[in-house]
Amino acid sequence: MDVVSIRDFSREQIEHVLKIADKMVPIAKGEERSVLLEGFVLGSLFYEPSTRTRLSFDCAMTRLGGRTLGFDEPKGSSVAKGETLADTIRMVDAYCDVIVLRHPQEGAARLAAHFAGKPVINAGDGAGQHPTQTMLDLFTIRKEKKSIEGMNVVLVGDLKYGRTVHSLAEALAMFGAQLTFVAPPSLQIPKEHLKQVEAMGEKPKISSSLQDVIGDADVLYVTRIQKERFPDPAEYQKVAGTYRIDLEMLKDVKKDMMIMHPLPRVGEIAPEVDLTPHAKYFDQAFNGVPVRMALLGLVLGGLK
Amino acid sequence: MKEFKVTPIRNGTVIDHIAVGMALKVLKIIGVKDDVNSTVSVLIHVPSKKAGWKDIVKIEDRELDPKELDKIALISPNATINIIRDYNVAEKFVVEVPNVIKGIMKCPNPGCITNKDEPVEAEFVVESKKPITLRCIYCDRIATDIAEGLR
Repeated sequence: MDVVSIRDFSREQIEHVLKIADKMVPIAKGEERSVLLEGFVLGSLFYEPSTRTRLSFDCAMTRLGGRTLGFDEPKGSSVAKGETLADTIRMVDAYCDVIVLRHPQEGAARLAAHFAGKPVINAGDGAGQHPTQTMLDLFTIRKEKKSIEGMNVVLVGDLKYGRTVHSLAEALAMFGAQLTFVAPPSLQIPKEHLKQVEAMGEKPKISSSLQDVIGDADVLYVTRIQKERFPDPAEYQKVAGTYRIDLEMLKDVKKDMMIMHPLPRVGEIAPEVDLTPHAKYFDQAFNGVPVRMALLGLVLGGLK
Repeated sequence: MKEFKVTPIRNGTVIDHIAVGMALKVLKIIGVKDDVNSTVSVLIHVPSKKAGWKDIVKIEDRELDPKELDKIALISPNATINIIRDYNVAEKFVVEVPNVIKGIMKCPNPGCITNKDEPVEAEFVVESKKPITLRCIYCDRIATDIAEGLR
């Protein structure tokens, strides 16, 4: 079994992963020990920098008694000599039991799955899919809110280019969440994705004003607005400022509204917000460990 | 009397009912540039009972291979292929859009792994045949300008 795109999974399959992830939490926290994956080797191929994803996979594998090998930048590996991804994958396939791949090219994980006999887990392929992030986002909402169905989820930031947001939106719609997309018109969710989301669930709301919709939010999912998307730096400052989450912005929100962010953040959320009960982004980052433990356990056959 | 703008051919292929304006793309597909052994006649903007206007391409002494037919189907799904042997229509059929497109066009997404130096052929799932909508099985990008991506 490969984990390439969230679209390859049914709601039941995702729920199964989330249920197992829940059982993994004490092991992920180090309160319990496990030897579930003792003797197994994870090949961790990171062609692009990543902190959270790489460390949490490494942590997940180690907590389950397995070992990780690989690289976190292609420099110094045969990749730098011009080896194709297909060849690297065929070689690593022989050295390990599961491959985790982060690559700048879209579709790289699908290609890896094609050439590998061992399971491949997509840890992000360029602007493409990042299914384990989607699963940990779903896990975080469910853990806090008990259910995803009927939750009013407001997604704010770069909804045009941030394609991990697209797979999250599709998954949330599949789980019956009510979605609101907040972005400046130039960064609003593309029509084709909006159609996908509409086909899966309720009709989402579209807005360019966070103030107008934040009061009804159960979940506020903040994403980074990338400076390089704006030809004019002044325009970037204006837009980034409009969506900045600070205590003033949180004045009239629901008491149990939760704020999520895939991190790293660069000014989208003021540090003073970290101390409020709304801030759940560090819990979210931790949740990457139990969710990835569940996936590793499932693809390696240690768990059913 | 019916007026023939181009005379009948003895042996070869007549591609009829090409979507109007697509004849030059059909020529690109069948690679007339590289193969100067036969006459190729092109009719552009021909009145058609079915579709108002159409294009026609006649290739003498040559029959098309399945890959060429698949490509023609992608840019002109209603095109008819008439195989002519000794002035008679030996076979006549409408091109058919296959369910999977492999190795005949490249992914329109420059960031797609299939556009790098990897040993794979771009592959698409046909999500809809009318209008033709293709999705790259690697990067999920929807291809719209199909004529542009054909190899």
